[in-house]
Amino acid sequence: MGIRERLSGNEAAATAMKQINPDVVAAFPITPSTEIPQYFSTFVSNGVVDTEFVAVESEHSAMSACIGAEAAGARAMTATSANGLSLMWEMIYIASSLRLPIVMSLVNRAVSGPLNIHCDHSDAMGVRDSGWIQLFSETNQEAYDNLIMAHRIAENKDVLLPLMVCQDGFITSHSIENIELIEDEKVKEFVGKYKPEHYLLNKQEPIAIGPLDVQTYLFEHKAQQAKAMEAAKKVILEVAEDFEKLTGRKYGFFEEYKLEDAEIAIVCMNSTAGTAKATVNRLREQGIKAGLLKVRVFRPFPAKEIAEALKNLKAVAVLDKADSLNAAGGALFEDITSGMFVNNVQVPTVNYVYGIGGRDTTVEELEKVYKDLLEIKESGKIENPYRYLGLRGEN
Amino acid sequence: MNNLIEIRWHGRGGQGAKTASLLLADAAFNTGKYIQGFPEYGPERMGAPITAYNRISNEPITVHSNIYYPDYVVVVDDTLLDSVDVTAGLKPDGAIVVNSTLDNETLKGKLKNYSGAIYKIDARKISLETLGKYFPNTPMLAAIVKVSNIMTEEEFMKDMVGSFKHKFAKKPDVIDGNMKALEIALKEVEKIN
Amino acid sequence: MTEDRINKDTPYQDLTIGGNIYEAGNAKEFKTGDWRSIKPVWKPDLCKQCGLCFPVCPDDAIPVNKECKREDFDYDACKGCGVCAKVCPFKAIVME
Repeated sequence: MGIRERLSGNEAAATAMKQINPDVVAAFPITPSTEIPQYFSTFVSNGVVDTEFVAVESEHSAMSACIGAEAAGARAMTATSANGLSLMWEMIYIASSLRLPIVMSLVNRAVSGPLNIHCDHSDAMGVRDSGWIQLFSETNQEAYDNLIMAHRIAENKDVLLPLMVCQDGFITSHSIENIELIEDEKVKEFVGKYKPEHYLLNKQEPIAIGPLDVQTYLFEHKAQQAKAMEAAKKVILEVAEDFEKLTGRKYGFFEEYKLEDAEIAIVCMNSTAGTAKATVNRLREQGIKAGLLKVRVFRPFPAKEIAEALKNLKAVAVLDKADSLNAAGGALFEDITSGMFVNNVQVPTVNYVYGIGGRDTTVEELEKVYKDLLEIKESGKIENPYRYLGLRGEN
Repeated sequence: MNNLIEIRWHGRGGQGAKTASLLLADAAFNTGKYIQGFPEYGPERMGAPITAYNRISNEPITVHSNIYYPDYVVVVDDTLLDSVDVTAGLKPDGAIVVNSTLDNETLKGKLKNYSGAIYKIDARKISLETLGKYFPNTPMLAAIVKVSNIMTEEEFMKDMVGSFKHKFAKKPDVIDGNMKALEIALKEVEKIN
Repeated sequence: MTEDRINKDTPYQDLTIGGNIYEAGNAKEFKTGDWRSIKPVWKPDLCKQCGLCFPVCPDDAIPVNKECKREDFDYDACKGCGVCAKVCPFKAIVME
C-alpha cells in the first residue's frame, strides 16, 4: 500500500521519471527545475535507469532532441521552467503538431523580465494555446501522480499529444513534504511499454514526418489537434480511474473542496489551492459557506464541467498567478467566465491576479478574498471585476 | 505537542540553517509526523541572511505559504539580531532559541520586544569541541528539538544516528563528533527568560 | 498516400496526423512533367552513353538500365530544366 516517503517536488518528479524509465531524457538546467535533470543524471550514472540522457546546450535543443527521439519511436521526457520554456517555444508547437507524446515536467516560474526566478504561472500560460495537455499539481504528491499518469494519457491513440505536468517553483519544488510513492514494479506495469504505431526507426515502414503543410492541409491538421484535445478529456478520466484502483487517490478534471453546499468559492491552481483549503476550513468554523474549485486539467479546459460545478454559487473569485496584461483579466478567469457564459451559468465572478514573481500568498489574504465575495453575495454588485491580491498600492 | 508546530530559522548563507530545517523535517518524518521543510530563496550568497521554515503536524499540512506567526524561532547567528527582526510574529507562548556567546542580560536586551521564552546555546563552542570546525546547525537542531518537544530525546538521537550514517556515508569519521554535538547541545541549551 | 486517397477534398478525419507520410518514395506519384515549357529530346544516334547526363538530372527523369545505359526521358518527371542538354558533349540532347 505505497511507500511512505518525504521528498521535495523536484525529487518527486525525478523519482517518477526514474520509475517510468524513459528511453530518452534531454534537458538543460534552469532554476527552479534544475534539480530534476540533476537527480535524473545521477540515476543514469548509477545505472538505475536505461535512459539515454542528452545533456544539450540549450532548451531549444532539449525540445528538439525530445522531438527527434519521440519521432524515432522512443519515449522522451524533459524538464524546464520559465525562460527555458520560452527558448523551447518554436519546438513546443512542432512537438504538438507532429503529435509526439513527449512528457515535460514544468516547474512554474515567472518569465523574466525584470529578472525573477520565483514562482508564477506566466510560463505555462504562455504556451496554453500550443496544443500541449497541461496538468497542474497542488503538491509534490500530485506532481508525482500526474507524471505517472502522463504517458498513458499522451500516448493514447485517440490523443497523441505532448503533455506537461506543472508544479509551483520553490513553493512545492523545493519544499520537503510527505509523499506516498508507488512501488517500482507497479509503476512499470501501470505506465506500460511505449508502442507507437508509426515511427521513423521502423524499417518495415519507411515514413516521412513533418512535411510542408500548405493552405490545403494545415487547417485540417490543426482541427485534428483540437479534436485530439477533446478526446483527451475522456482518456484523462479513464487513466485517473485506473490510477485510483492502483493507489486509492482520486483525480478528475478538478477537485471540489467543500463546494457542494458552498455559497462563495475560489477557483485556483497549484499550491495556492492547499492554502485555500486551510482558509475554507477556517471560514467554515465561522459558519461561512466557503468552498474551493482547484483546476487540475487546464488543457484541455473542462469548461462545461466547471460551469456546472459553479452554477449554484452566489459569488466566485478566480485567482490567476499570471497577469495577461490585457485589461480584461487573467487566462484562467477568461476561460472560466467564457465557459460559464456559453453554458448559461450566471454567477457574479471576479478576477484576482496574485502571487506574481513569487509573491507569497497567505491564509489571511485568501480570507480577505472570501470576505470580498461575501460582500458581492450580499450586494449582487461587482464594481471592479479585475482585481489584484497582495499588490502594494491596491489592497 | 500541539497539532501544528511552525518554526522559522534565521541564519546566514553557508551556516546550514536550510540543512538544519531539512534534518529536523527528516527527524520528525521518521517519528511519523507530517512535515514541511523549505527555505525562502532570495539572492543567496555566503554570509547573507537567509530564512528557512518547518511545519510539523500530526495531520496532513495543506498550507503553502511562508510562516509569519511561528511557534518557535531559531537564530543560528546572533549577529542577525541587530539586522533582522527575528521575533516578528513570534507567538508569546512560543520560544526563541539563539546561538550566542553574549551574556544573558545583553541577549535579553536585544530581544526586549519579545515577552516569551528565550533559550541560549553556544553552538560555536560545542561545534569546535566536537567537530573541530564551526558547523552550528548540528547543535541548533538538537536545541530546537529539546525546546519544542517535537519528539523525545531518545527518538531524536536514535533517528539522527541513522541520518548521519546516510549523510556521511563517505566520511564516517565525522558521525561520532556530530552525535556528540547533539548530545552536548541537548544538555547545554539554557532557558534565560 | 496516393493522390486518390488524400487530396484537397479529403476531410480532416481522413488525413494522417501531422501530415505524416507513411509510404516512402511516393514522390514518384507526383507528376512534375506538366511544369515543363520546353522539353529535352534524346538523339540516340549521337549519344555515346558517356554517363554525364543522368547524374545531373534533379528529377531522376533519365532512366538507367541494368547495363548502365541511359534510356529515353521519363516525361512524367522531367521539368525541362535543360541541365542535361548543357552537359552533353555530343549534342545528343536537344531542347525543343
